[in-house]
Amino acid sequence: MADQPEGCARVTGAVLGEAPMADESSPTPQPIKEAIMTAQVGQKAPDFNAPAFYKGSFANVQLSDHFGKWLLLCFYPGDFTFV
Amino acid sequence: MSAVADKYQELKDLGCEVFSVSVDSHFVHKMWNDHELTKMVDGGIPFHMLSDQAGNIGRAYGVYDENQGIELRGRFIIDPDGVIQAMEVLTPPVGRRIAETIRQVHAFQVVRASGGAEATPAGWQPGEPVLKPGPDLVGNVWKVWKPNE
Repeated sequence: MADQPEGCARVTGAVLGEAPMADESSPTPQPIKEAIMTAQVGQKAPDFNAPAFYKGSFANVQLSDHFGKWLLLCFYPGDFTFV
Repeated sequence: MSAVADKYQELKDLGCEVFSVSVDSHFVHKMWNDHELTKMVDGGIPFHMLSDQAGNIGRAYGVYDENQGIELRGRFIIDPDGVIQAMEVLTPPVGRRIAETIRQVHAFQVVRASGGAEATPAGWQPGEPVLKPGPDLVGNVWKVWKPNE
């Protein structure tokens, strides 16, 4: 894994969706709405990429790069919390 | 997270990769790992610790708390097709039980290996009998499985 340059910008995770389809029938351009996906069992996991800390280095993770294996995704409230 | 890290090898042996996600930066993840988690787990956290500062991923998974600006304890098991097979969401004060997650991964793997022909009854543990749903099992589950055995 190659180290990537680290800047001071506030990098964050981003959901990856399909590009919005142009609506041919609409005379005016439609505003691009943020893709809102809510994960459900039995449905495809929303894809995303995010900066990560991994074994002493920084890396970028895209979930779909790891499809093909079983994956466990664990959210938690925050670092340095108690539980 | 240290509890998951502690069982990481067991998950790895099941072919299961782990990702943790919070709204902290990856820089803070490094500090938490280096200064605290390495004291709980030899070698520190062995999996990727993802940063979702804007809550975008948390929103997509329905675990971002807009009022507190944090992510709830959401746990998702995703199969090799990228399909979510299980989810559990807890409010912050109660921690997860990783053994239950591992049990569920085992169970989903058994079902998948059978091509959906088998199902695991409540409380199933690896090695225990599975159910084979079909016409002969309708009304006859009691013959092969009881909740107190």
